[in-house]
Amino acid sequence: MSGVARPQGVVNLADGEWHRLHPASPLLRGGLVFIAVLGFIIANLRERVIEIFLAIFAPESSAPIDAEYGEWQQDWANDPVGGIVMNGLVGWALLALAAIIITVVIGFWLSWRMHTFRVTHEAVEVRSGILFRSHRSARLDRIQGINVNRPLFARLFGTAKLEISVAGQSANVQLAYLGSTLADALRADVLRLASGARAERAHGAAVPAAADGRTDASALVSPGLVAEPGAVQEPAAEAAGADGATGQRTPVSARAGALVTQRVDEFLAPELDPDLAPPESVVHLPIGRVIGSTVLGGSTIWAIILVAIIVVGVTSGQMWVLFSFVPAAIGLVSYMWSRITKSLRYSIAGTPDGVRIGHGLLSTGNQTIPPGRVHAVEATQWVFWRPFGWWSVRINVAGQSVSASGDAAQRTIVLPVGTAADVHRVLALLLPDAAAEVETLVDAGLVGRGDAGGFSVTPKRAAWLRPFSWKRIGLAETAGVAVIRRGALIRSLSLVPLARMQSVARSVGPIERALDLATLRLHTVTGPVSAVLPVADRAVATALFERLAHEAIERAASDTSHHWGAAAAPDAAAETAPGAPAEAAPGAPAEAVPGATASRAEPPAGASAAPADETEPRHVV
Amino acid sequence: MPEAPAPELQPEDGVHDEAGLPEASDTGWLRVSPKYVLVEVVGSIVGMLIFVGIALGAHFLLHWEWALWVAGAIAVVSLVGIAFEPRRVRSIQYRLRADDLLFRRGIMFQRQVAVPYGRMQLVDITRGPVARALGLADLKFVTAAASSAVTVPGLPMAEADRLRDELVALAESRRAGL
Repeated sequence: MSGVARPQGVVNLADGEWHRLHPASPLLRGGLVFIAVLGFIIANLRERVIEIFLAIFAPESSAPIDAEYGEWQQDWANDPVGGIVMNGLVGWALLALAAIIITVVIGFWLSWRMHTFRVTHEAVEVRSGILFRSHRSARLDRIQGINVNRPLFARLFGTAKLEISVAGQSANVQLAYLGSTLADALRADVLRLASGARAERAHGAAVPAAADGRTDASALVSPGLVAEPGAVQEPAAEAAGADGATGQRTPVSARAGALVTQRVDEFLAPELDPDLAPPESVVHLPIGRVIGSTVLGGSTIWAIILVAIIVVGVTSGQMWVLFSFVPAAIGLVSYMWSRITKSLRYSIAGTPDGVRIGHGLLSTGNQTIPPGRVHAVEATQWVFWRPFGWWSVRINVAGQSVSASGDAAQRTIVLPVGTAADVHRVLALLLPDAAAEVETLVDAGLVGRGDAGGFSVTPKRAAWLRPFSWKRIGLAETAGVAVIRRGALIRSLSLVPLARMQSVARSVGPIERALDLATLRLHTVTGPVSAVLPVADRAVATALFERLAHEAIERAASDTSHHWGAAAAPDAAAETAPGAPAEAAPGAPAEAVPGATASRAEPPAGASAAPADETEPRHVV
Repeated sequence: MPEAPAPELQPEDGVHDEAGLPEASDTGWLRVSPKYVLVEVVGSIVGMLIFVGIALGAHFLLHWEWALWVAGAIAVVSLVGIAFEPRRVRSIQYRLRADDLLFRRGIMFQRQVAVPYGRMQLVDITRGPVARALGLADLKFVTAAASSAVTVPGLPMAEADRLRDELVALAESRRAGL
């Protein structure tokens, strides 16, 4: 990698070499905690320290201190500072403190030094650890999603945390922290590699596109998109020359902007990089709706119950109630608060490499879900949301669910709150293959009942088990997606792409058997969505069981969406063509130049790997 | 004791070589070994003895009058359960179809699961002390979904080994994405 053109020192991190993280990483990862702990200790010891200083420097005021003197000497556990001072160990204590600080600093430096990563064509590898070395390698084709998070402090340093989730418990690969722009570029590179599109090909296409994108916006009809495979090389070569020119220019203009301006720009920049994603989010989330939906949400009920318990407890003099329920109340409030803040500046948009969801005001984050990674989708409507027509959408994805920590749980929420029209748009993004077919079922699924929209009908005798919702319970199947509608108080519509359904089960309990009913369960990877069709007619359930089991096998065998870049339909290439310049733009010219050489070394890239029936090479993605 | 290592994860290329598939013709519904009844019965009796023992201990040591009734109730329920054990074990059936494994069990609570071979993440063979004495083993078929959990208990050891190898081979040839 030559340093020909590195705007803001950008290098290509996905070049297969070992790289280090941002130098501020240890501080951001552990240092802030260390400082916070130190601050906490000092704050707690403040009074005692002041007393001690009084005792030492103003002995005349130490009369009350003397009484406690003997006690201090014994009471090390509760009052280490008192013990240290009274035993004349101040010097040793300071020395120990200095030693600790030096050790921590050296530790930080070493951990930064030893923490390296590389992105090859097969895997992302991370080596870390000082005494206990670890080497983690995640296969690119197993990537389930990429999250770029920018906590507030990290944003102040202009850094971001890149997290690559793969299927498996705590198997995520974290790169914390990277330079903000580098993280975005790396994500684009990893996604491109993971898409199955050969890097050389992608680079070959990226070069002309990138050159056009930055030199002349009108030249969007890039020569790289012509139908003939062999034609790629020539414009690539030209573009390499052109890039040399732009490369000379860019650093100058970049240096012109001061660091502060850059930080402010980064801070104000939209979470979804307009170069990478279509600038308009398909869903707009007004702040009023976010706050209203949270206040009307299910957690409000818990808040009311908690407040009632606390009030009753306090008025009746049961003080233990305070200790047991106040922490819960604090937790609830912080949950609601984080829900609101995380929903601010929410955006969702489709990119060639999957759905991009961004959110957050001060601490921002965005997540990319590549195509073919969504195992189940559910739109739910809590009863209080019904007058407003609000829905929320959650998904099951592999590798992030079982231990539903707040952050991971947050990630499964695709749409915090939106209208039915928003649900339509989000579903179209999440299930692109079946968007048109599912579209016709959504309205009937969200609010319909009975056989509206082609859902299976639940017999009236099911009312014994589901008195309110039996009319809504139904299943429809279209274009390889099973759609289950149920729930009256909490309306729910779950969609399961059969290509990723793990198994299907039919169960019959004693009461169900008496009523000739059965329950059908569609098993997917663990997550907030459970696709269950309760109290279906037994014959219908059996027929559905057989059909879904068969259909799942068929769909799984023909599904290629996990290698979305490798299988290039001609029309797909045409569709994504407008996105091509945008896609390539963040990969700075520096990466394009070697890419072009590589493409010349291995020509005509499209022809070697593409299926025989493919008429056009896949240049984008 | 996991005996079957998960097949090495490989990038699936989307091309399934239909010619080279190990063929799984429909086996029809197969039952587990009748000897498995003994495993269940021993398990039930041990459980029963423990709980009845606790209840009797409470009765004689702590002089809780009602504990005697609890002990009696536990004993009756367990004995009724044991009486139904042969019927329950007969209800445990599995079936290898062309592309998926079917499993069903239960009399009161019936459950039937269909798991495509391609979804297999690993196969586990476990043997408890009683099962080992009888030469039986449990075969567990694990997918990425925790709720799939298909465990075929009470297979003769040789049959369990054979089935494991067959399932691994089938899964390998029909490998799908996650």
